[in-house]
Amino acid sequence: MIAGRVWKFGDDVNTDVIFPGRYTYEPMSDEAMGKYALEDADSAFNQEAKPGDIIIAGKNWGCGSSREQAAKCLKERGVAAVIAKGFARIFYRNALNEGLLILVCSEADQIAQEGESISVDTERCIIRSVHGEYRFQPYPAYVQGLVEAGGLIPYTIQRLREREGEK
Amino acid sequence: MGYTFAEKLIARKAHQEVHAGDCVIVDVDVMMASDTTGPIAIRAFENMGGKRLAKKGSTVFVLDHATPCPNERIAGLHDLIRTFCREQGSVFFDQNCGVCHQVMLENRIVREGDLVLGGDSHTCSYGAVGAFSTGVGSTDLGAAMLTGKTWLRVPETTRIELTGALRHGVYAKDAILKIIGDLTSDGVTYQSVEFAGDGFARFTQEEATTVCNMTIEMGGKNGVFVSALTDPSLIPDADARYNRVLCYRAEEIVPMISCPHTVDNVKTVVEAAGTKIEVAYIGSCTNGRLSDLAVAAEILKGRHAAPGVRLMVCPASNLILKQAAALGYLDTFIDAGATIVTPGCSLCVGTLGGVPADGENVLSTTNRNFKGRMGNNKANIYLASPATAAVSALAGVITDPREVMAR
Repeated sequence: MIAGRVWKFGDDVNTDVIFPGRYTYEPMSDEAMGKYALEDADSAFNQEAKPGDIIIAGKNWGCGSSREQAAKCLKERGVAAVIAKGFARIFYRNALNEGLLILVCSEADQIAQEGESISVDTERCIIRSVHGEYRFQPYPAYVQGLVEAGGLIPYTIQRLREREGEK
Repeated sequence: MGYTFAEKLIARKAHQEVHAGDCVIVDVDVMMASDTTGPIAIRAFENMGGKRLAKKGSTVFVLDHATPCPNERIAGLHDLIRTFCREQGSVFFDQNCGVCHQVMLENRIVREGDLVLGGDSHTCSYGAVGAFSTGVGSTDLGAAMLTGKTWLRVPETTRIELTGALRHGVYAKDAILKIIGDLTSDGVTYQSVEFAGDGFARFTQEEATTVCNMTIEMGGKNGVFVSALTDPSLIPDADARYNRVLCYRAEEIVPMISCPHTVDNVKTVVEAAGTKIEVAYIGSCTNGRLSDLAVAAEILKGRHAAPGVRLMVCPASNLILKQAAALGYLDTFIDAGATIVTPGCSLCVGTLGGVPADGENVLSTTNRNFKGRMGNNKANIYLASPATAAVSALAGVITDPREVMAR
């Protein structure tokens, strides 16, 4: 169960505004990336978002480039979850790989107003707000292992060890 | 029930029968990273315990996004890639080559039937030669570099058929912008796209690359030109199952333009005509090939960009730069007042020169017009064909190329 304050966004929030290209070549630690999260999309979020906050968006969140900093910077900023009507394909994979919680909910725009608090029951796939209860889609069974391992790096290490063990 | 291209190719790489919706582990034939995604891919490879590349002869690094190197920090990243490639014996293209996708195609590194992962979203370009190619993040790429494999969800497919021939002054870019405008930015999310019909079969490989390159701009996983397929076991079956089949008539397509700040905000050039521009940019993995420069040179020959317009031209590779010089195109561009910039990603991603000022309008032949894309989030970017960019540079306002080219 997670709970947090809501930041709202519209449709088609792209990777260039989530993590601007001008920072993609700056060698920086993962933690430092959080500072630039959504800088070109919403300056209020960029300056005021706190760890545990939740993003709610429309369709096609994370469209555009393959830069995985777009997922990593949100994770490092402490975003507890991104709930959207839909995600762009590369961002979806990057979020799984980085261990960022992303939830597909067809009624995302109705869940809450900006600044309200909501809770997410990840076991039962339900989001609760003052406006009601909303269901989100569980992760496909195939990626459960990846999600449970906390991302692709720990998952790959784990799988390679298992394969070593079988030999 | 038959199979789509995606099902046939993924079945081959997964060594099992597959259907859309299945998740499978596949062999990866070619892996590519640029200087923007390469350093993180290398770090991920090492963090997973990587010592040796699974397929060093088909792991490719291309320096193209920030070349020549603008500062010491990026110099460090370039050095990291050079050192890794030297130690691992992987394929390496330094700053003097060009945009990664053009480099991959002109060096024939990608072939029909290959499954390609690239650390760049426009990796979908290689469908122009019959490959299944898709963009991934650096960590996915690092895992593939280590294991030679990746997991994929077998995509559903949308088939887009074009019949007939494009009219004079209308180009491949106009066709794909028209399609993106209709399908919108997430119209084919998670899907494979087959470009088919006698209209697309008329396209040259360069034109096909322009179309496949922009498949990602409507959410696609990959795009493929059916006419590029010669292997009968990869050609989609007549009774394959498609999500949607769309049909376009080439002669009905007119010059199109993407308006700020989303690629699917597409209008006809006629609708946007008269809008003042400060920058015209001809280049990129979408439209920086020799045929694109030829169209622009024909329009610009003996003319000069309008006062107040900064015209910039970037051949997509050093080979194209050399060819453009030999054919006299560079003379034409220079006489037209153009700034010729180093082959590479250049202005497109805003990490090098040519950054527009606040409030300026840029007409670019690239593939994205997101806010901040070219380095300034207060500039406005329009996307169109090289012909539209060239005639608009002459006029100083967005102009339909058919007005000039008919004369």
